[in-house]
Amino acid sequence: MADLLIEIFGKPQGIIIFQLLSACRFTIYLSLIAFLGGGAVAGMVTLLRISQIPPLQRLATSYIWMFQSVPLLMLLFLIGLGVPRLFDINVNPWTAATVALILFTSAYLAEVWRGAIESVARGQWEASFALNIRYSLLLRRVILPQAIKFGIAPTVGFMVQIIKGTSLAYIIGFNDLMLAGKRWANAPVLGSEPFVVFPLMAVMYFCICYPLAIFARKLEAKSLTGS
Amino acid sequence: MPKNAEDAIVKMEKVNKWFDDFQAICDVDLTIFEGERIVICGPSGSGKSTLIRCLNGLEQHQSGTITVHGTELTGKDSAVRQVRENVGMVFQQFNLFPHLTVLENCTLAPISNGKLDENAAHEKAMEYLERVQIPEQADKLPGQLSGGQQQRVAIARALCMEPKLMLFDEPTSALDPEMIKEVLDTMVSLAEDGMSMICVTHELNFAKSVAHRIIFMDNGRIVEDQPPDDFFERPKSARAKLFLDQILSH
Repeated sequence: MADLLIEIFGKPQGIIIFQLLSACRFTIYLSLIAFLGGGAVAGMVTLLRISQIPPLQRLATSYIWMFQSVPLLMLLFLIGLGVPRLFDINVNPWTAATVALILFTSAYLAEVWRGAIESVARGQWEASFALNIRYSLLLRRVILPQAIKFGIAPTVGFMVQIIKGTSLAYIIGFNDLMLAGKRWANAPVLGSEPFVVFPLMAVMYFCICYPLAIFARKLEAKSLTGS
Repeated sequence: MPKNAEDAIVKMEKVNKWFDDFQAICDVDLTIFEGERIVICGPSGSGKSTLIRCLNGLEQHQSGTITVHGTELTGKDSAVRQVRENVGMVFQQFNLFPHLTVLENCTLAPISNGKLDENAAHEKAMEYLERVQIPEQADKLPGQLSGGQQQRVAIARALCMEPKLMLFDEPTSALDPEMIKEVLDTMVSLAEDGMSMICVTHELNFAKSVAHRIIFMDNGRIVEDQPPDDFFERPKSARAKLFLDQILSH
């Protein structure tokens, strides 16, 4: 594929495009891990948040507030640079980026999902209580199927934020699209100037994010019509 | 009418309930016997709904004692669950599960509580759907039914738990006028079978023909507790007179 690109675009643009495309892989991997890991943690935090047990509720609320209130960049610095210095250990960029993004993602998704669950009419809970339906079943069969309708569009929309958020991980040495592009833009090579490389990167981010954004909008329109 | 205290299905003593600073229920004493049909009426904000919601633990009272079918509602989860086993509730807004079919609405709770296996639950649900005369709608979603039909499904759903006492919280208030009758007819037939019922409603004709006692509430207190004939012909309190005048003047 590298040869083909070089043939089409020449040197060094063909090489640049090839390397950027390869680096896209890691942007996508990191986004997926952040989304899946963050989603799993968010699920647990959401359960605590809507539980009827005040200390657990407070714990979940603190978690959400804490990680929503600090910039992602700062989390990355803290975990990628602060923690290794503090404990004198090696934290590789993958681990640091993954942990930071999972914390960030889970706090946001937990808040989105709590909102979705609270959008389900109060009467649905009351009817379930009156019928003595077990709490776990009440959530699974009554509340969640209805909450999904409210939560799915903002969740998919937030995936776009995660993908763009992964670009910050370059700063702790994570080798994604951003870092690959940044290297080329800094390289003293004719034809790899910032005005060439950054637009190329923008197109690639766009191609990853745009379909998701469209998908989110479709879902939103669908949930508004109530089907 | 049985009058032994042991036959009481509901016993409230000095019950009080506040929402922050607002006292919704004031010093309510009330005994209801098995098989009795009670209609609660009164102006809005008088505490009628709150009162019956206290009876199945949807609201927690703050002082006094409430005993339902021999179990005292102490605020403990186990007590609340025990009471809810015996008490069915029908809501003003139906509160059917919109994503489940009519049949699934009726079988979810009995299956979940381990009361019945799936087949038995289906059989029972169909039996009660026939009872409320909509067995042919079993596979539809609630949104495909009229308001009156939905409320009848809600009644069937509650009956599937084989309750000893049914609570109705303004069951016809959200309905179009032409659908009120079908729901009231269902409730009358339930009454004829001897079901204990407490019904918050403004349907005074229903109250006249079905209720053993009318309870009139104002500002969280029970102001009158009389048989319907006495209540409608000879209300004791000025507040009830005014209320009846306003309702019956049209």
